[in-house]
Amino acid sequence: MGTDGVKQDAVEHEQVLETAAAWKAAGRGVALATVVATWGSSPRPVGSQLVVEEGGDFVGSVSGGCIEGAVVTEARRTIADGQTRLIDYGISDETAWQVGLACGGKCEVFIEPVE
Amino acid sequence: MKTALLEQLLADRVAKRQVVLATDLATGDGRLLYPEEGQGGDAALLDAARRVMVADKSGIVETADGRKVFLHVYNPPLRMLIVGAVHIAQPLSRMAMLTGYDVAIVDPRREFATQDRFPGITLIDAWPDDGVDAFAPDRRTAIVTLTHDPKLDDPALIKVLRSDAFYIGCLGSNRTHAKRVERLTAEGFGAADLVRLRAPVGLDIGAKSPAEIAISVMGQITESLRRPVQVAAGLAAGAAAGSAVGAAE
Repeated sequence: MGTDGVKQDAVEHEQVLETAAAWKAAGRGVALATVVATWGSSPRPVGSQLVVEEGGDFVGSVSGGCIEGAVVTEARRTIADGQTRLIDYGISDETAWQVGLACGGKCEVFIEPVE
Repeated sequence: MKTALLEQLLADRVAKRQVVLATDLATGDGRLLYPEEGQGGDAALLDAARRVMVADKSGIVETADGRKVFLHVYNPPLRMLIVGAVHIAQPLSRMAMLTGYDVAIVDPRREFATQDRFPGITLIDAWPDDGVDAFAPDRRTAIVTLTHDPKLDDPALIKVLRSDAFYIGCLGSNRTHAKRVERLTAEGFGAADLVRLRAPVGLDIGAKSPAEIAISVMGQITESLRRPVQVAAGLAAGAAAGSAVGAAE
């Protein structure tokens, strides 16, 4: 990952949190998804975040793109019912190959409402 | 996450305050921990937060009562300010960038501080004390003075010693450093301040070439970052014994 990755992480933290605050201030339903654990080769480090609003717009990332769709769907459920969710994602060998990773990456994502 | 907590977290980030967000993974309850300030939670949780903060590694911990808590580290970015666009600054600035630091070099001598010599590095064309003010060092900042010219290094050090910088290294021999300590003492700094200066700069690995010296400096900075307690204890013990801690000349 190197220098760019480190800097990118810092910038992303700001963007995700600021976007969460801005969407909330605009009266929208908002949920935050955070990678809380990884096993094997996982595309994004622990602490990576994605913020989702009720219409399905999102900023940030929790993977190389493999699980964002699924996470956004779960996050919209969280916005609707106010419940936190802790979900395990395995990254399929085929998908892992496509994003240039060794096989078998896994990550755990925590989804919570911003309220 | 509660909106008020989110607002506080954003304010802490702007203030470059080191903070760890603890989230109970069963309930979603969050709280902000400030291990450096000893605030925000009980001793065990603060201790765990300090460990993840120093390692820069967020992760799940289990509390004594069996709750799973995610500790999310929000450290300000690592930064390095180099005083003096000299030869050693070339490998040092590049290694620091690779290590993840935002690097700036201050030098009022324009023939030294050129983009050709330092591609991709922020160059501050100012007198070093003004350069330090502009850079605004915080506790995630390392400072290295490389000119070993008192009229350039000293004004920077006078400012830097009043900052929270986690590392201050000064190029120059033991003799040069003894004179530096005399001058800074005359400026009103005490032993507790001056023990922060790492001089001669770098780990004692027999470095000769500029790149090797840069490695020894980067190693010493990394040690200060990752083992802050041990390094502070070592410096205090060295000061008490009246011996210099650091590399050979």
